[in-house]
Amino acid sequence: MKKIIILLFTYFVLYSNSNALIKVDITRGNLDPLPIAVSPLHVEKTSENLENLDTKKLGLNISSIIEKNFKSTGLFNPLKREAFVQKPDIAHLKPRFEDWRLIKAQALVTGKLSVINNKLKVEFRLWDLTASKEMIALSFTTTPTNWRRVAHIISDKIYERLTGEEGYFDTRIIYVAESGPKNQRVKKLAIMDQDGAKTKYLTLGNELVLTPRFNPSNQMVTYLSYFRNLPRVYLLDIETGKQEVVGNFPGMTFAPRFSPDGKKIIMSFAKDGNSDIFTMDLETRKVERITEHSSIDTSPSYSPDGKYICFNSDRSGLQQIYVMKSDGSNVKRITFGNGIYGTPVWSPRGDLIAFTKVRKGKFYIGVMRSDGTGERLLTENFYQEAPSWSPNGRVLVFYRETKSGAQGKGFSAKLWSIDITGYNERKIKTETDASDPSWSSLLSK
Amino acid sequence: MKFNKNLRNIFLILFATLALSACSTAKKSQTSGDVYTGSDTVEYLASGVKDRVFFATNKSSLTSASRETLRKQATYLRKNKKLNVTVEGHADERGTREFNLALGERRANAVKDYLMTYGISGKRISVISYGKERPVNSESTPLAWSQNRRSVTVKVK
Repeated sequence: MKKIIILLFTYFVLYSNSNALIKVDITRGNLDPLPIAVSPLHVEKTSENLENLDTKKLGLNISSIIEKNFKSTGLFNPLKREAFVQKPDIAHLKPRFEDWRLIKAQALVTGKLSVINNKLKVEFRLWDLTASKEMIALSFTTTPTNWRRVAHIISDKIYERLTGEEGYFDTRIIYVAESGPKNQRVKKLAIMDQDGAKTKYLTLGNELVLTPRFNPSNQMVTYLSYFRNLPRVYLLDIETGKQEVVGNFPGMTFAPRFSPDGKKIIMSFAKDGNSDIFTMDLETRKVERITEHSSIDTSPSYSPDGKYICFNSDRSGLQQIYVMKSDGSNVKRITFGNGIYGTPVWSPRGDLIAFTKVRKGKFYIGVMRSDGTGERLLTENFYQEAPSWSPNGRVLVFYRETKSGAQGKGFSAKLWSIDITGYNERKIKTETDASDPSWSSLLSK
Repeated sequence: MKFNKNLRNIFLILFATLALSACSTAKKSQTSGDVYTGSDTVEYLASGVKDRVFFATNKSSLTSASRETLRKQATYLRKNKKLNVTVEGHADERGTREFNLALGERRANAVKDYLMTYGISGKRISVISYGKERPVNSESTPLAWSQNRRSVTVKVK
C-alpha cells in the first residue's frame, strides 16, 4: 500500500476583516447556487518550460478539480471559462470587479503556480465580487505529485470561507468493489478519493469482504472477511497492508466500527443463533460485552463523544433503532414509525442519526434527531442502505442496488450521495460496481 | 320462477368464486404464508433427503415441512456417523446487509438445534451465515426471495 503522504504545507492565512461578504446558506436545499468563476491557475514565467513537468496542464487540472468539487455540492455554479473577462495573471493581482459582475459571477477564485527546487507552490485568492474585496489568500508548497490534494484542500478552504462549515473534499471513501454474477459476487476492498479518482484495491477478491470502516485517523480499516470461510472482523493497516483478526471469538463477528477515539472496535458477535454487541480494546485486547438479549443486536455506532451507542435490534419483534449508554445501560427504543429501521449511524456533529428504513417494499435513507424525533426521509428506492456521513455532517454516501430479472439480469450496485436537506442526489463514479461505502475524516486536519 | 333465478345467481357466484380461488391457489402453490414449499432449487443429501429448509420473512422458525426434512437429515446423519455437515444460513435481498448476516446465523442455528434434538452431536455440525450474499435465485421477485430465505445442510468433504 502506498504511504499516505503527510503534506508539508506552508500555510499563510490572510483573512480580510471586511464585513458584508457573500455567504452560502447550506442548511436549506440550495435551489439558487452561487455563481462562481474559477480562473485557471496562471504559471509563473520561470516555471513555464520545465523538462519533466507540464505546469500549464497542471494549473488547468487543479482549477478543473476545484470546479468539479464546487459543482458536486449543488451549492455553487461554476461559470464557463469562455466567458471569463480577464487573463488569469492579471485577475490574480487585482480583478476588475465590475467586469466579472457583468458575467453574473459573485465569487472569483484566482491562483498562481510555480515550481521552485522541485516543489510545487500554489497560491490562490478568493474574491467577493459584490463587495469588491479579497476574502482569503493562501499558499501551499508540496511535491508536484500531490497536486490533486492541493486542489482538494483549496476547495475545502473556499467552501469553509463561503459556507462557514468545514469542507469535505480532501477525503477518501473506502468501499467494496463488486464484480461477477449476483449469486457469486467477487468483492474486494477499494479506496478512492471522494471524487472517484485514484482508486486502489486493497484485497484480491479471493474471499468475500464486507462493510469496511475507517478509524478516526484514516490509517486503519475494520471490516468483515470470510477468510478460510470463517466470517470474522478484521483490522487492516492501509499503509503496511498488514491484516489481523480482531479478537478470538468462537463464532461470527460482524458489523464493526471504531470508537471515536479509535481505541476500540465495536461489533456484533453471533453465538448459537443470537447476536449481541461487544467491544474489544485494541491495545489491551480486553473484550467487553455491551448487550445481552435473546434478540438480534447489531449495527452499533458510537456518538461522536463516545458516551452513547445507537444500534439495531429486533427485540420488539421487528427491527428498530435503540440508543444506550456506552456501557450498555439505559437502553431506549427511539423509532416507533411504521416500517422497520436499520443501519443507524451517528452524525459526526452528534445531532442526527442517519438510518435505513424499509416500508411497504421500499427502502429509504433518512435522518432523525438522536432521540428519534424529527424523522426526515431523504430518498426512496427499490433497494438502498448503509449511509455514511461526510466529515462535516452535511452529506451522506450510501449504496443502491437495482431490481434484477431472471438470472440476476440487470443487477447493479452503485454508490450515491445526498445532502441531508434531501437535495443534490448524485451517483458517485466508481470503476466497478460498488457497495458499503465509508467516508473518511478530513485527511489534512 | 323467481326462486329459480335467484338459485341460478347463487350458483353462478359460487362457481365464479371457486374458479377464482382455483386460479389463485395455482399461482401461489409454490409458497405458503411466504415460506417456499416448492422443490425447484432443492438438492438432495441422499435419496429422499432434502438438503434445505425455507423460512418466512424475518423469521427463523421451522415449519412442519421443514421439521420433516430435518428429521430425515438426522436419520441420514445417524446412519453415516463419520459425516460432518455445515449448515449455511441465508437471507433474501430485502433487508440490510448486517441484519441479514445475523438473521442467516439464526436460521442456520435453528436447523443445528433441531438436528441436535434428534441425537446428532453439535460437534458434527458447523454453521455459517452468508446473509444476502449468496442467493440461489438472483431474480428480484417474491418467489426468488422465498427460495433464498433458506438453511442448506452441506456435507463437509
